[in-house]
Amino acid sequence: MSTTQEKLANELKDHERGAYFRRLSAFDWIWALACIGGGLSAYLLYGEYMAYYEEIILALTVAWLIPQGWHWKAARPFTLIVGALSVLAVSIYPDLGAAQESFLLNYLLSSQSAIMWMCVFFLGATVLYFADLVLSGGDRDAFLGKVATAFTWLGSGAGLLGLLVRWWETHLHGPGMGYFPVSNLYEVFVLLAFTTALIYLYYEGRFRTRALGGFVMLVVSASIGFLLWYHFGQEARHIEPLIPALQSWWMKVHVPTNFVAYGAFGVAAMVGVAYLVRARSHPESKAAQRLPSFDQMDDLMYKCIALGFAFFTIATILGALWAAEAWGGYWSWDPKETWSLIVWLNYAAWLHMRFTKGWRGTPMAWWSILGLLVTTFCFLGVNIFLSGLHSYGGL
Amino acid sequence: MSSESPAAARQTPRKGRTTSAILIEFLGSMNLAITLLVALGIGSIIGTVLVQERTWSEHMIDFGPFWFEVFRRLGLYDVYSASWYLAILTFLVISTSVCMYRYTPTVLKEMTRYRDHYQATSLRALSNQREWTMGLVPEQAREATQQTFRNKGFRFRDKSRKNGQVLYAGMKGRSNRLGYIFTHAAIVVICVGGLIDGDLLLKWNEWRGNLQVETRDDIPVSQIDDSRKLPVRPGSFRGTTNIPEGRAANVTFLPLRDGYVVQELPFTILVEDFRIQHYPDGQPRSYESDLRIIDQEYDKEFTQTIRVNEPLTYRGHSIYQASFGDGGSNLDLRIWPLRGGTEGVEQLEAKVFSQAEVNIGGQRYTLSIEDFELANVRPDELMEGGTRHRNVGPTFNYSMRMRDGRVLEFENYMLPIRIDGRDYYLSGVRPSPDQPFRYLHIPAGPDRSLDRFMTFLDNLRQTEPRREAARSAARYVLLELGMVEDQEQARQLSGQMALSAEQMIQQLLQEGFEAVSEGVEARVQAGANDPEQQALLRDFSHMLLERTLTNAYHNAVAEEAGVQSVSDMGGLTEDDRLFYEEALAALSALPGYTSPIFLELTGFEQVQSTGLMIARAPGAGIVYFGSAMLVLGLFLMFYVPHRRLWALVEQDESAGRTRILLAGVGQRDPKAFGKEFERVAQELDLRLRLAESKGGEEVKT
Repeated sequence: MSTTQEKLANELKDHERGAYFRRLSAFDWIWALACIGGGLSAYLLYGEYMAYYEEIILALTVAWLIPQGWHWKAARPFTLIVGALSVLAVSIYPDLGAAQESFLLNYLLSSQSAIMWMCVFFLGATVLYFADLVLSGGDRDAFLGKVATAFTWLGSGAGLLGLLVRWWETHLHGPGMGYFPVSNLYEVFVLLAFTTALIYLYYEGRFRTRALGGFVMLVVSASIGFLLWYHFGQEARHIEPLIPALQSWWMKVHVPTNFVAYGAFGVAAMVGVAYLVRARSHPESKAAQRLPSFDQMDDLMYKCIALGFAFFTIATILGALWAAEAWGGYWSWDPKETWSLIVWLNYAAWLHMRFTKGWRGTPMAWWSILGLLVTTFCFLGVNIFLSGLHSYGGL
Repeated sequence: MSSESPAAARQTPRKGRTTSAILIEFLGSMNLAITLLVALGIGSIIGTVLVQERTWSEHMIDFGPFWFEVFRRLGLYDVYSASWYLAILTFLVISTSVCMYRYTPTVLKEMTRYRDHYQATSLRALSNQREWTMGLVPEQAREATQQTFRNKGFRFRDKSRKNGQVLYAGMKGRSNRLGYIFTHAAIVVICVGGLIDGDLLLKWNEWRGNLQVETRDDIPVSQIDDSRKLPVRPGSFRGTTNIPEGRAANVTFLPLRDGYVVQELPFTILVEDFRIQHYPDGQPRSYESDLRIIDQEYDKEFTQTIRVNEPLTYRGHSIYQASFGDGGSNLDLRIWPLRGGTEGVEQLEAKVFSQAEVNIGGQRYTLSIEDFELANVRPDELMEGGTRHRNVGPTFNYSMRMRDGRVLEFENYMLPIRIDGRDYYLSGVRPSPDQPFRYLHIPAGPDRSLDRFMTFLDNLRQTEPRREAARSAARYVLLELGMVEDQEQARQLSGQMALSAEQMIQQLLQEGFEAVSEGVEARVQAGANDPEQQALLRDFSHMLLERTLTNAYHNAVAEEAGVQSVSDMGGLTEDDRLFYEEALAALSALPGYTSPIFLELTGFEQVQSTGLMIARAPGAGIVYFGSAMLVLGLFLMFYVPHRRLWALVEQDESAGRTRILLAGVGQRDPKAFGKEFERVAQELDLRLRLAESKGGEEVKT
């Protein structure tokens, strides 16, 4: 064969079926090994305490993490660093008293400190993103923007670390008192904050624009604000053991999927806000020039709502399956369940309008914001204003 | 949904449309669906705001007679079973089914049609297209094209045309169309399953009047008329049954309208044990029941433990641990009289949910024991140990009819409760369930018992000790105020005064300090006109009362220590003095407490009752299947785009050359499809060039 043929044949290899795996870097394989290693260690150390379904959840988590890291390259160092830090924190945390005695724990790694750092980073990121939008003159590689993105990563890491260390802390409270830390409003607000931020960071990378950062971080900052009020005003950060109804492996799947959905809806709504800002600005103004195009924002709104809707459907179904084991039936027309249905119908309608009638643009942006309000009522309003079986997350 | 116009759906021309065609178009229209969904949404929201599953009497209290009736007729107390709500749901199912009936043929065609009729001009009009003219024979180009299509996962058909053209029509991701079918079919399946579990048969029977509702509580099942009972049947239901430990039940109670009906079960549930496990800080950790299922029909028996999140399922029935309560515990009570001159303390054994008769001062009282709770976890403000809750011990509740006809409810704590460093026996009293309890605080003595207070109270209630205390007080006051000169005179005059003191004490016990003060004031005003005289009288009366009380207390303390007087034990301690203050406060509260007795719980034998929810949902499997279909359908619709590729291969005019035209269209997300098309074009390009260079070699050799 001539060299031309060799060259062509070589390039063709890139198109073959297994080419995806050949394109993976060494770090990708290290990542896969680290995930499997982490999962195996967890299983070996704690497998005897895990119910059958929890072992399945562990396996599925590893199976999901590996391709997620291959697909979204930034997730790999993020997860590895947070994982390493949490292992470090656990290793220097023999009892609850250590939280005050050890410098590292007291100022960085204990769940309280980590969550406080998360608040700082996210609030800072909000300011920095807007500053970048206003001051950087549309430069995509501006320093302000890079710092904003870095802050968002740091905040997400701190939040995830905070919950992981809190998981350890619940076990320190006493034998059999540990639980997966998504059981009350305090813990899920932390989850909501960094889940929304991570979903935003994914799309920031895909769409290669930081212009929407400030808008999305607004809803994250609102969560932070509520979290801080709840922390200082209501002394909510204390760890209370789980009531019997929440002691189930279902919590590990139902709650996180719900919050992926809430985060996605939050991002979609804030992109809607940005859309309206641009729509109301003069086409020559800075806002119009620096914000992404209408098509891009519309596309991003759709993608987020689709993601949120898919996960919301899964989460509601998981909730119904859990209810069938805990409450006496998969559907009790409990206010939380009913409002979940309302949220679901709302976004189903949004998607129908987009697919079948081809609606786009400003009305969909408004609807996306309205959707967040409905979702917020389902998430918080029901707990605050209405009674029902779902009062675990009450104020 | 495809982006095709509705014209692709079944539709007959406007003129001469049959009724059924119009009906189908209406039922399957998006506008109807949206209207129904909005109505469903509003109805559902009403059901969340207007609390469901409350008794009609509670609603009557909330809304008053007029609005209660309005809401009742609208069916708002049971919204999700209201006929209009079910009608909306049924219409939605019909609407979705009709929509599917209209669009599924189109969708299926989309999946199976390769669209192999396109001409070059139409293909060139697409935004994703690329052309090559290569030095190949058509055979080689076709080979390369097929390999590319196959490698990239596109299924294709080839069509040869008369002019020697070959068109390859390929597509990928057609399961996207299945997504549409799955998601909409799933809605229908889920609603059908849900309607099955909505127990329509029961509602039909109720609407027809075949079903009566029992409204009396607390009567044995054997006394309930058969018209209010449902036999074992295949329908769905959700009922509750409370079974005390050691007892069994083979029925469950379904709430209906303003009462309930009895649903029979095909087996018997025997409760062997119920227990609550606690965390180290006293909060409940797990509620567990050991149940024995006895099935006489299939001659089967087995035991299983259920807890929250771990129900038992047998013969389609699921048994859940839902609640718990008292199952008729045995209580040992001590009856302390608070009034009158009765001596002695009576013991009483009573069972929860039963009544006991007591005889107090010649009057018969009926006690109705209502509840017993073993553990009461109350918030504790101590932060040092990190615990925020503490178990303060058992409580029991009872009600009693007073002499004035009122029935009062009481809640007594068995053990003394520490408040601000001091221990008190608490007894709460309230006139009706919607009022909060108000608590009587009886100070606990140094041995943490009621003895000291009750002895003190005895010394005031009973004639002899009271007289003695009063006389001694009168003598003391006379001497203190210098109204007499020696003991002898004091003794002579003390009789009358002692009587006055006794009357004040009795008034204190019956009416409280306020009333005594007012009485004193009245007598002072009547007895003297001069302010100086009045002051003297007033001081005298108060001193007399106070001294009598103190004497009674000192006597109680001395009696407790087994000595004659407190001076024998070296006087009173600070603690004793604090106790005295608290005891006076309690005494003053006794009239408001109303009850002539104080019940102390001295022992108990707890019998618990487990609250089970028993449910049957034959439609559950259908709903779960529909849910799985829904999730699968959604992921197919969102993440498996349907794309098409065409490749037109034809011989060029000049010999030995072939033209290849590649074009494609993606269902959505043009950017992502653009990238994919680029990759396909790259691969085809490489294959064509490889084939061309190989062919060139062949020519050379």
